[in-house]
Parts: sequence; C-alpha cells; structure tokens
Amino acid sequence: MVDITDQKTRSFPKIEFTDSEAGALDFPSSKSRSYNYYKPAKLRATVYEDVTVDVQPDPERHLTQGWIYGFGTGPGGYPHEWTEAKSSNWHAFLDPNEEWEQSIYRNNAAVVRQVSLCLENAKRAGAYAGWNSAWVKFIERNLGAWMHVEQGLGLHVFTAVQRSGPTNMINTAVAVSAAHKIRFAQDLALFNLDLSEADIHFDGQAHRDVWRDAPEWQPTREVVERLTAVGDWCELLFATNIVFEQLVGALFRSELVMQISARNGDYITPTLVGTGEHDYARDLAYTRTLYQMLTRDETHGEANKALFGQWMSVWVPRCLEAAHALQPIWSQPAEKAITFATSLDAAKVKFRSLLEEIGLDVPKELDQ
Amino acid sequence: MSRQSLTKAHAKISELTWEPTFATPATRFGTDYTFEKAPKKDPLKQIMRSYFPMEEEKDNRVFGAMDGAIRGNMFRQVQQRWLEWQKLFLSIIPFPEISAARAMPMAIDAVPNPEIHNGLAVQMIDEVRHSTIQMNLKRLYMNNYIDPAGFDMTEKAFANNYAGTIGRQFGEGFITGDAITAANIYLTVVAETAFTNTLFVAMPDEAAANGDYLLPTVFHSVQSDESRHISNGYSILLMALADERNRPLLERDMRYAWWNNHCVVDAAIGTFIEYGTKDRRKDRESYAEMWRRWIYDDYYRSYLIPLEKYGLTIPHDLVEEAWNRITNKGYVHEVARFFATGWPVNYWRIDAMTDEDFDWFEFKYPGWYSKYGKWWEEYNRLAYPGRNKPIAFEEVGYQYPHRCWTCMVPALIREDMVVEKVDGQWRTYCSETCHWTDAVAFRSEYEGRETPNMGRLTGFREWETLHHDKDLADIVKDLGYVRDDGKTLIGQPHLDLDDPKKMWTLDDVRGNQFMSPNVLLNQMSDAEREAHVADYRANGTKVA
Repeated sequence: MVDITDQKTRSFPKIEFTDSEAGALDFPSSKSRSYNYYKPAKLRATVYEDVTVDVQPDPERHLTQGWIYGFGTGPGGYPHEWTEAKSSNWHAFLDPNEEWEQSIYRNNAAVVRQVSLCLENAKRAGAYAGWNSAWVKFIERNLGAWMHVEQGLGLHVFTAVQRSGPTNMINTAVAVSAAHKIRFAQDLALFNLDLSEADIHFDGQAHRDVWRDAPEWQPTREVVERLTAVGDWCELLFATNIVFEQLVGALFRSELVMQISARNGDYITPTLVGTGEHDYARDLAYTRTLYQMLTRDETHGEANKALFGQWMSVWVPRCLEAAHALQPIWSQPAEKAITFATSLDAAKVKFRSLLEEIGLDVPKELDQ
Repeated sequence: MSRQSLTKAHAKISELTWEPTFATPATRFGTDYTFEKAPKKDPLKQIMRSYFPMEEEKDNRVFGAMDGAIRGNMFRQVQQRWLEWQKLFLSIIPFPEISAARAMPMAIDAVPNPEIHNGLAVQMIDEVRHSTIQMNLKRLYMNNYIDPAGFDMTEKAFANNYAGTIGRQFGEGFITGDAITAANIYLTVVAETAFTNTLFVAMPDEAAANGDYLLPTVFHSVQSDESRHISNGYSILLMALADERNRPLLERDMRYAWWNNHCVVDAAIGTFIEYGTKDRRKDRESYAEMWRRWIYDDYYRSYLIPLEKYGLTIPHDLVEEAWNRITNKGYVHEVARFFATGWPVNYWRIDAMTDEDFDWFEFKYPGWYSKYGKWWEEYNRLAYPGRNKPIAFEEVGYQYPHRCWTCMVPALIREDMVVEKVDGQWRTYCSETCHWTDAVAFRSEYEGRETPNMGRLTGFREWETLHHDKDLADIVKDLGYVRDDGKTLIGQPHLDLDDPKKMWTLDDVRGNQFMSPNVLLNQMSDAEREAHVADYRANGTKVA
C-alpha cells in the first residue's frame, strides 16, 4: 500500500480573478488597440507590419539618443551610407510577401514536405533506374555544381546583406532569401546523396571537381565569388537578385532544367528545382518592389537609375559571360529539348521585362 | 531523421562549401582576433529539412496556446502589476532578438569554419522568429488587456525612453564593434548562455504565477532554440582559445560582457520578478535565489569554470561582485526604486508595495524595510495628484541619481560611483568596471596592442541631457507618453483606472523643472564637484 498520509504540502501560487480584460473599464486610451507610431500602408495594419515596422530603430524616426555603440572606424547601427543608393524614406519599403516567422515556417515546412514526399516516392518507384546515363551524368555534374551557387549566395550574399540594410523590413525580407537559398542548396545536396545511394552509376563527389575546375562552370563560380566580395549591400542585392538570378540563375533553373528533365525521363528533379523557382519568385517580388521604390523616389530616383546603370555595366557582362560559358551543358543530355540560344533569349526577355517594371533602361551590354 | 542519417546528411551538406579562388567574401566587420591556428569545432548538427518542420510544430503549439488564452479569458486572472512591466520588457526584447539575427554574418565573416557557418545561418532564422513572435505576443496583450496604453506606442517608446536605452545595449552590443567581441562573447557566450536563463526561464515562471501563461508559452519556445545558439558560441570560443594571441582579448571581452550583462539584465529582470509579482509565498524563489541557481551554479560553475583548463581567464571577481551587488548592495531594489521615481516618464504603470510585499522582502532580504520600506510608503502616500508633486520632486530622502556613462543604469550603489574626466567630459560610472569599459576596453589600443576593430561608446548617453532644464509636462508631451484624451499620462504610480481623478494629467506635473545631473556636474567648479560627489557617495550608506 502506498502511504498517502505523509505527503508534503504543495506550494503553488493563488490564482486571483482580476477582471483585467479589455473593455472592463472605460478610461483614457482604453480603446487604443493598434500600434500608433507608424502609418500602415492600408487602412488597417497587417500582422506583418505590426511585428516588423520600427523594431530596428532609426535616428531619423524615434531614436532620440542615437546609436549608443559605434564601430572603430565609423558609426554603429545601420548607417544609410552603407550603400550609394539613396532614398527619401527607406521605411516606405514593405515586403509584398509579408514575411514573418509564421509565414517563413509554414512556407518552408510545406516545401520540405513536398520534397521529402517526392524523394520517398522516387525511391519506392525506383524512378532513377530509368534514367539514361547521359542524364545521370548531367545531374551529377551540373545540378551538383549548381548547389554551390545556392549555398554561396545564401551564406555570403543574403545572410551578409541582412546586417546592412537601413530598415527591419529590408533586412528581414533578405534574411528570408537566405533561408530559401540555404534550404534549397541543402535539398540539392541531399538529393545528390540519395542518388549516390541509388542503384545507378552516380558519383556523388563529382560536383566538387566540376565546380572547382570544369571550364563551363568557372565563369559562374567567378561571378558568385565576385558577388560575395561586394561591400555595398544595395549593389549586392541588385547584382544578385536582378542581374545574376535573371541571366544565370533563371537561365539554368527555368530555361534549362525545368524544360528538359521530363523529356529525359526525370520527374523528380523538376519538383526540387521548382521549389527553388518558387523561392526566387517570392524573392524577386520584394526585390522588384524595393528597386521600384528607389527609381521612383522623387528626390533621388534619377541618381539611383544612373547608379543602377553603372552597376549593370559591371554585372551584366560578367553574368552574360557566365551564361555563355554554360552553353556546352545544353548538349549533354540525350534528349536536347531546347537550344541554348532559345533559353538565353527567354532569359533576356524576362530580364528586359523586369528592368522595364523597375524603370531602368536596358543596358547596351545585353545585346553584345 | 535518425542520428546516423543526420550525421550522413550533415557530412554531405559540408560538401557545399569551397575555397574561393577568384575573390573572397567582403570583410564588412573586422575582428582583432585571429583564427589562423584554430582547429575546426563542430556545433550541433542541424539541417533545414528537419529544422523547418520542427519550428513549424513549435509555432503551432504557441499559436494554439494563444487561441486558448483568448477563449479561456486569461485576462480575467492576469495581475496588472505584472503585465504593466511587460510594456517595458516587450518593448525592449524584440530588438535584441533581431539584432542577434543581424549579428550572424559578423561571426560568419570572422570565423573560418564552414561547419559553424551553417549553424549560424540557422540561428539567424531563429532570431527572426523570436523577434516577430514576441512582437505578436505584445500585439495580443495590446488587444486583450484592460490597459493598452504603452503597448500601443511600444517601439517609439522603446526608442526614446531612458529604460529603453538601457535595454538597447543588449541589442546594439551584438551588432557593433569587433565581430567576435559582439557576436560571440557578448551575444552568445554571455548573453545567451548565461542570461537567457533568467530572461526566458525564470521570468516566465513568474508570469505564470501572475496568471499569464502566454509569456511562458512563447518564451519557453524561444528558449528551446537557445541550446543550438549556445553550441555555436562554445565552438567559436574554443577556436579562439586555440591561439595564444587571443587570450588578452578574451579576458577583456569576458570582463566587459559579463559585467554589462549583469548591469543591464539583472536591473531589468530582477525588477520585473521582484516588484512585478503578486506571488508572495515565502517558499517562492527570490530573484537572488534564482540567480544563484541559474547564473551562479548553472552558468558560472558548470560552464565557465571548466573553460579555465582551456586557458580562459574567468572574471571570478566580477561574478562574485555581481552576486554581492544583488544580495548585499540592494542592486535590484535600487533599480526598482529608480524606475518608480521616474514614473511620469514611463510608459507603464507601477503598483505600490503593500504590507504583504514588505513582509516578503524583509524575509528574503533582511534589512530591506529599513532601507526601502519608508520610501515605498511615501510612494503610496504620493500616488494621487492634487496635493503633491510626483515623488521625484518631493522631499522623500532620495536624490535623483547620476547615470552610468557605460551601462546607463544609474550609479545607484552610490558609494561605488566613479567620477572621472574622460574624453574631456566629467562622467559618472556605477562601478570601477564600467569606468574601465569606457576608458580602457572600448579603445583602439589595449595593453599596448592595436585594437582598431573594437567598438566605441557613442550617442547621447545621458538621457537626461536631452531634456535638461525643461518642464516635466513638456518632456512627457514631447516623448508622447500621453493618453488619447491628450492630457492623461500613460505612466501612473498606481493601478487605479476606475476614477479619473486619480489619474495624473499634464497639468498635474507641470511646474517641475527637470535637470540633468551630468550637465550640472560639468558646470560645477572642482571644489563643488568634489563636495557633491562625496555627499553622493555618503548617501549610499545612509538609511533613507
């Protein structure tokens, strides 16, 4: 028998009914139930705005004592001088995707489920057994090389940029891009691992040599490495999301892999790469909004356009060189469903259209 | 995912990195540390494929609890004394959280270890989560708690308030200066490993005891991410320790980071827990007892001391002095009294202490009543407008304190105040260590060695300077701490909302001229200043 007579007296706090609910009393401000220190874009503030706006303070708004720590070589906080681009009001930028923690985890967890299910089904169906050797080689080398691009951009472009933007809205949007890129790079790596373990002739280590030495990939690696070396956050974001992603990223993912995989008997790769495309569509949406804001700025718009033109004169040739260098891989699959020229034209059309939306002239380098 | 497949997956992911040959990543944020000889240390393994669903599940639980709190009318049982302090705490904490996200590329730039880069990138996303989930909790409080004033202006108030600025160090310290000092030692090795225990574990316990089970729900969910962050910090620390040249910098940074965290976090959380609770059971732990458990035993004895064998110089003297300040020098009680003195320029209301509170304080901190009891009785007596000024302007044996130039908590342990002319200005410090931080540590040279990457103390560090020689009513109005009738103050020295006559208005506080102690100090002659400082220090040992 358990002795229940000698139990210690338990100590616990007393709950008290305090009637501290909203509406219990009327008094000044008793109905003041919205954040009143910023003006929402529409009549009613969104959750995104409420949890994001002004969390990173700014001496130009409410921060009266200024930044209380500085760097050894300059001011601390988030100086506007960390980019050459100028805005009359950086705080006007709001992420059209309205990313905050709930959307980040819901969206990315949904992608994880989609990818996981796809890979499980592929294993169950023995989907890789039907791949021809040319396609196995194509994936082994080229998708293998591409995962380095995503990782490099995720870690050394987007993760880096999210420290430098002048507002929380910009930095959080960019942080989500970093999450996208790193997750996508890892998905590709783990797909590579699956293929290494499948009963096909797939060399899971080949990607390293291809990325490091294969001539067709070196200009791409060079652009990615040069991107990571850019100090101006706004140039880095522009060169990556506007120029590189359009002329190299979308060229490889949308205009090649997504177009030819099915014809080569592969229904798995497009499902994976499609998630990267989906990520980029979201990332492009906020990027477009940000640079539209900068080109339409009443005070600085024209100067910004000229600046972006200068940036394009650097990055468009580099990215086109990388794109052209990739041309041989269009010939590697057995089923050559699309030509390099067709793919590049499609990428250029979309790039021109994007520049038009932002309000920028098409750089002459694009036609060279 | 099984442990074996996680290890395999992690090994595969490590293949994604490469040594660049065309260009290396820009070094935006420098460090004076060196990692040339550092062996690579792995942090906890985490891959995105398991990370996102795990966090989504944690989120679902948090949001489920939020729905439940509304349906279950949690606010019928929430103590206003407690929730008022959340107006201050929740205005501060989302900024340190998002700053931690912004700090991650600084650590990535500084540490040449791809294994750690992955963990730091995951931490970056965690910190975005923490910041926005906390903002959302505050939004729920604003919508459902009886008095939304103060929550409704939260980020503006954070940015223009004296207490907000104290808390802001906890974020700016993560993102500014030497990358390792900021993003590793200050943020991870000290703030996250030591002080999140009191922030995110001890304090939510107290919330639950005051009828608020949402704060524990959200903050325990936040805390469950911290073990990975602690692992990131530990890995970098071990790498830094591998190079002898880093030792003096580590010693410097441990002293600064430990002391500043103590000054800032113990001031705030100690006050919330001790003066924000209605739970006065004698067997409930005091903040001092919690500190002994969570900081002294769990952090200092179990985490820091074992690092001595790797060559880390531990600031034993500062750990003991922090403990001494909390238990013997009344640090938390002094801070609470200071916050309550400044009630007109607060955006939260502060409840008076009752006989039950007095009993509890005397039981937990013998001698408390003789030092603080009378003052709280005066606070109670002066709670309503009409016949008296705000307590800061009444003669109650309390001199408005000098601000510490470094930690920005005032020099409340008056006998310890340091006064020195630094950079051509007379400055006051709460302690020798805070003076050392400004005069020695945050400089471009340390012990004869160039430290160009070390941060600097900047900004208008004495809040009072901004409002010197102004009428209190104008200050409150300028700050925006006025309710929507245009005259009633947000801050009140009581919790009575039922009688408009008890609520202080701008007219009630007008006619009180507010003077900056630092401006006045700098206007004094040498003789006046010496006499003033001697009197100030003597006041610390005098019973009020």
